[in-house]
Amino acid sequence: MNDLTAKNEKLPEYSANDFKGKVDPDWCAGCGDFGVLNSLKKACSELGLKPHQILNVSGIGCSSNFPGYFNAYGMHTLHGRSLAVATGAKMANHELTVIATGGDGDGYGIGGNHFTHTARRNVDLTYIVMDNQIYGLTTGQISPTSRLGAKTKSTPHGSVEMPINPLTSAIMNGATFVARGFSGDTKQLTDLMKQAIEHKGFAHINVLSPCITFNHDNDFPFFKPRVRKLEEGGHDASDWKAACEKAMEWGENIYTGVFFQVEGKASLDEQEPILDDDGPLSYRPLGLSTAQTQKIINGML
Amino acid sequence: MKTGIFDFALSIGGAAGQGIATPGNILARLFARRGLHLNAYNAYQSIVRGGHIFLTVRVSTQKIYTHGDRLDLLVCLNQDTMDRHLGLMDAGTRVIFNSDTIKPGSAADGVYLCPISVGELTNKSRNKLIQNTISLGVISFLLGMDFKDLEEALTAQLQRKGQIVVDENVTFARAGFDHAAANFEPYSEPVGSGVKPLALWSGNEALAMGGAAAGVKFYSAYPMSPSTGVLHWMAQNGRDLGIMVRQAEDEIAVANMVVGAAHAGCRAMCATSGGGFALMTEVIGAAAMMEIPAVFINVMRAGPSTGVPTKTEQGDLWQALGASQGDFERIIVAPIDALDAYNSIPEIFNLCERHQCPGIVITDLLISEGTFAVNPDEIDLQPKIDRGELISEVSKSTKKSEYLRYEDTKSGISPRAIPGIEGYVHVVATDEHDQNGVIISDEFTNPHKRRKAVEKRARKFASVIDAIAPPVLEGPADADITLIGWGSTYGVIKEAIMQLAETGITANHLSIKWIVPFHGAEVSKIVSAAKHTIVVENNYSGQFYRYMRSETGLSVDGHIRKYDGEPFMPHHIVEGVTEQISGQTTHTVPVQEIMV
Repeated sequence: MNDLTAKNEKLPEYSANDFKGKVDPDWCAGCGDFGVLNSLKKACSELGLKPHQILNVSGIGCSSNFPGYFNAYGMHTLHGRSLAVATGAKMANHELTVIATGGDGDGYGIGGNHFTHTARRNVDLTYIVMDNQIYGLTTGQISPTSRLGAKTKSTPHGSVEMPINPLTSAIMNGATFVARGFSGDTKQLTDLMKQAIEHKGFAHINVLSPCITFNHDNDFPFFKPRVRKLEEGGHDASDWKAACEKAMEWGENIYTGVFFQVEGKASLDEQEPILDDDGPLSYRPLGLSTAQTQKIINGML
Repeated sequence: MKTGIFDFALSIGGAAGQGIATPGNILARLFARRGLHLNAYNAYQSIVRGGHIFLTVRVSTQKIYTHGDRLDLLVCLNQDTMDRHLGLMDAGTRVIFNSDTIKPGSAADGVYLCPISVGELTNKSRNKLIQNTISLGVISFLLGMDFKDLEEALTAQLQRKGQIVVDENVTFARAGFDHAAANFEPYSEPVGSGVKPLALWSGNEALAMGGAAAGVKFYSAYPMSPSTGVLHWMAQNGRDLGIMVRQAEDEIAVANMVVGAAHAGCRAMCATSGGGFALMTEVIGAAAMMEIPAVFINVMRAGPSTGVPTKTEQGDLWQALGASQGDFERIIVAPIDALDAYNSIPEIFNLCERHQCPGIVITDLLISEGTFAVNPDEIDLQPKIDRGELISEVSKSTKKSEYLRYEDTKSGISPRAIPGIEGYVHVVATDEHDQNGVIISDEFTNPHKRRKAVEKRARKFASVIDAIAPPVLEGPADADITLIGWGSTYGVIKEAIMQLAETGITANHLSIKWIVPFHGAEVSKIVSAAKHTIVVENNYSGQFYRYMRSETGLSVDGHIRKYDGEPFMPHHIVEGVTEQISGQTTHTVPVQEIMV
């Protein structure tokens, strides 16, 4: 009896299934994004989070439809803008668990500027990019992570542009948690997401999430024999140079896991003294006190 | 100067880097402390050193609405200023200059030159800014001011630079004062004073303060002239007032952060100028679609593109009207002066929150960077705050089984829950969505749902107009001329009307503050009943006129337009009205008087 009670207490209040959204995904059958959605549901459940404590912000694209499929407060914003919106929301209510989700075009292309600056600000949020190295919703054009030579509708003769490396970019820009997952390994991905959500600061997970319809170069058969867990080779995530070296490898070995993590670096909200007391800004009373108005007027006189 | 009324204007001209701001600030403080009304305008360029800066400060014992038409005093800090302005001075104007370095040209009869040899007075001080301090001494004497007041003002202004700097400046101000006493005749009418000390603020400060009073908790900006003053005030005061202030990587980020913070439950605001506003526009549509109230301020400069960063214009009206793709409503307000800029912020926040839509404040450099005296008692520091139907805590009594963020209510307004509240979990989307927030564009795109969603958003906007005061006609109803303006031209039209009255022409004044929604019926009534209508606006193409015509179907008799970067002066309008009333033209473009 005692054992049973103890076991029940360990069960999270919200199961992974409780994080299922109002509608089912409209992704193609076999899309890598299903693995990401399932992993996030599981991660949130296992962390004991409740749907109302989470704000899931996305941009535009196949993967950015995510908030509709996930039971939490959600914002399905403009193309490329999820991180800016998420930053504003986090500053307004720093008690929210903010998770931004989107694709490689949304995050590294049109939203690249915000990716850079959100990382350097160390905003305490989790940014999950479902990287399929292609523009899917617009039916197949190159993305910022498409490989050199990729033949797509916009590059019928092959892409001549070097792809961006999301991991080294994130590290160079000041992200304090940088990981790569593979949507074919939801066990590892769930674990990475849990670490990212628990990390205080900007946590970025690039997820290799194949598009089965428009990208036939980087599909599941391409990744399966290549993905290797970083920790198996003994990686020191506090060593940014080693992290970059591993992140640059893209051939026989494509590593997954936590590449880089800095703990104890103050996040943006922690550096704002106005958030020290009195709870989130969004719950505070509006208007000015007499003492405040008097000080302002005295300054004008 | 009219008898019994002290009304005095002075300009200080020089190059950027010659330190015009400091004597300008000291004089403004001295005048405001005496209770004088003040209106200051600084004509400057987008440079840190060089060019031609021309600060005009007008003060009066009566309320004033512009920096005026004429100067009683010109302070030339360099030869360039002398060359550009001396020829424009009339009899009675005094001209202060350093005779060591500046040679006056030929002046009109009655212009009173006040040369000072800075080298002699300072025993060849190497301090290049000391001529400014000496000029302050001379001005104090000419206006019959007590030197003690200047000494106090200098001390207050320079204290943080140390006692040596204070002592040096007081000594040379005294030298200037004594030199003037020995060599120059003071003005026949000494400086006046008002009932009680007045405060000073710029329009940018008024906008920022309006935000603070309205309860803004999140302010974001990317620096852009002439709106940057809002950011500076917020940054300076944010920590005291519990306002989060963020400088972002671009205006796209600014506007998106604002929408994020607004959705999370804060009153959130941002300010920029036309170029930055262009980057924000997609977000304004997003706020409309997600029904998130947020306020976007566009402080207009002369455009298009980078345009003239430090010059004023009313050229972004159509940009605001058409900001963002799609067919949706936004509230647009154009404050008429600095105090109105202050008041407009809580007003538009209340409207935006009640109707859950974006709001745009459109103003310009003339207001934003002008300095004005204000009676602190006239500033409503605790304005009414109405957050509309906002769910910001768990309320068991009203909790329904399923919360519909976009519930199709009769008013079109759906109760808005902020993230973090248990029981109201929902998703907002920039895609078209159903009552529960589920997007309809990716499923079978249901035309009936789409129509309902469009009509719901439109319906909630229909009642905004009831909360907005209709424009009123100022002045006699049967006036010969009706001058129509919007936003910042209020003051200059008002003073032009006073001047017209002196020449026997009666004019009244229709000034429009609320652009959207537009009181078309009221405006039609006033315009139809007018004898001779002239629209005054600070742009080339008559943006407001065309908008008014689209809303009323009415034409007007004439136009006065200015698009040279400088604001109207009252006489520009007086001359335009005079030539139009005599039938010479229906379209006046006044010429800015400056020697180039």
